[in-house]
Amino acid sequence: MNDVIIVGAGPAGLSAGITCAKKGLGVLIIDEYMKPGGRLLGQLYEEPNGSWWNGIQESTSLYEHAVDLGIQFQLNTPVNNIEKLDQSWVIYTDKHTFNTDHLLLATGAAESPVPVPGWTLPGVMSVGAAQVMTNVHRVKPGERGVIIGVNVLSAAIAMELQLAGIDVACLTLPKLNKITKNAAQPKDVLESLLHVSHMAPSPLIRFGSKLMKNDFMKKMGVTFYPKEGVKMWDIPIQLRKAVINIYGDGEVEGITSATIDANGEVVSGSEENIACDFVCIAGGLYPLTELAAVAGCPFYLIDELGGYVPLHNERMETTLDGLYVAGNITGIEGAKVAIAQGVTAGLSIAENAGISGLDVDIQHSIQSIELTRDKAYIQFHPEVKKGKRILKEQWKEYERSVKKLVH
Amino acid sequence: MSRRILEHPVLGNLQDNKYISFTFNNKNYEGLESESIAAALLANGIRTLRYHEESGSPRGIYCNIGHCFECRVTVNGTQGVRACLTPLQAGMVIESGGKLPTPVRDWSAENE
Ligand SMILES: Cc1cc2nc3c(=O)[nH]c(=O)nc-3n(C[C@H](O)[C@H](O)[C@H](O)COP(=O)(O)OP(=O)(O)OC[C@H]3O[C@@H](n4cnc5c(N)ncnc54)[C@H](O)[C@@H]3O)c2cc1C
Ligand code: FES
Repeated sequence: MNDVIIVGAGPAGLSAGITCAKKGLGVLIIDEYMKPGGRLLGQLYEEPNGSWWNGIQESTSLYEHAVDLGIQFQLNTPVNNIEKLDQSWVIYTDKHTFNTDHLLLATGAAESPVPVPGWTLPGVMSVGAAQVMTNVHRVKPGERGVIIGVNVLSAAIAMELQLAGIDVACLTLPKLNKITKNAAQPKDVLESLLHVSHMAPSPLIRFGSKLMKNDFMKKMGVTFYPKEGVKMWDIPIQLRKAVINIYGDGEVEGITSATIDANGEVVSGSEENIACDFVCIAGGLYPLTELAAVAGCPFYLIDELGGYVPLHNERMETTLDGLYVAGNITGIEGAKVAIAQGVTAGLSIAENAGISGLDVDIQHSIQSIELTRDKAYIQFHPEVKKGKRILKEQWKEYERSVKKLVH
Repeated sequence: MSRRILEHPVLGNLQDNKYISFTFNNKNYEGLESESIAAALLANGIRTLRYHEESGSPRGIYCNIGHCFECRVTVNGTQGVRACLTPLQAGMVIESGGKLPTPVRDWSAENE
């Protein structure tokens, strides 16, 4: 039996493992991927001070630190189920079953799909798939791509593709339908772009974001938006055109886009084809929470955090004894926040495992999550702090109801 | 033209170059040991990993990180293996799944 088992070798899981191991606990980290690092592996961007955040290097140094501390790894190992039996957690994988008193779920996030006609053609992939092919496997997803969906992640990945010598024909929107509603509304997209504007060298976007602080101006911004779009890193961003079809005989050969008006409707006769050999779909991220659901955690839908999140407190404890969460399973944020959350989870586990005198450290680590969040360069949701406040209220509510039950 | 990104301005040049052989649908290919099957196939220009069980339409990777199960192939006789998660090994025999018969639906289409 391991003192601690962690599902997920991403930044949250690795930093939690390192924190526990430093306190003398025996740690096993399980991950279904072939390399440690999770979604940190694919990340690559230039920080404001001019240095590069190189996800492969960051992952390697976390992993090596973990191995030095004697942490054990089971890679290529999907966890299918977890349950609590006789006071301890049982973790089921294809080959083995593991047991522990302290189980941390650090399973990260997944990408929301956006159905577009023709999207099952080989060559259509999620934008994260193209990121991993390019930066982790170093294989080109294609020679020339179109990215459908304009958001923080797709803007960052468009730049990464270009860096690797892959041509990005344009970033564009999916045609409005029920499921793609928000992602397809030029106005909503502009609003979300206000939060990447600091990353955009294009003065039009920077200037535009100042112009568009109120609703009226945002509508004007869309209406007066040049039809050919603006450019970010020299890539055209088409906010007045939407992809209505992906075509190709057995594989992607191109997309058909059309002009959309400020309400998101297609202007008929405006259809044009853009040739490409791959298409990326960027629908945004949501927390990957299945295992917490299987375990029986209560959930709350908090849009500011990217979807349903398991109820937990600031110490990363869930309502279930010995079950913890850290990283993007608690809400969509960058890797640095995930690392900071991993430290808190690790300290909470150590304290609950009987190591005393950690109270001050835990309080500091919670503050450090806040600080990291404030300084975050990439923010997936502008209101993430509001989301965290909502969750905190729910936790208080939960504690009150438990007290009532006890009395 | 090489589909591999051998040089990169930030990530540096690729040093790893231990090529090994494998087969995909009975044809020989080469890939890098321990890269994902999906990456090895894409580096060989192959996007179609399987044909949909019901419609027969071609399918390739979608998420590339194990979430969507679009990339299932048969590896050394084991069905339903995710090509994006499975490290390539020398001598692997990889095959695409294909369209399956739908006798009940066909029967009801003819008889209703
Ligand atoms: C496709 C994608 C691209 C992203 N790109 C960026 C980016 O460019 N910049 C940025 O700041 N943020 C990005 N993010 C956000 C990213 O989630 C965070 O930056 C950070 O990596 C979260 O860390 P984590 O440890 O919580 O989870 P992750 O890094 O996602 O790690 C979770 C790990 O858990 C494993 N896992 C999940 N379920 C199981 C299971 N059942 N059994 C075994 N193992 C399991 C996964 O294989 C994975 O390795 C991206 C997210 C995704 C999904
Ligand atoms: S491509 Fe989604 S699981 Fe492999």
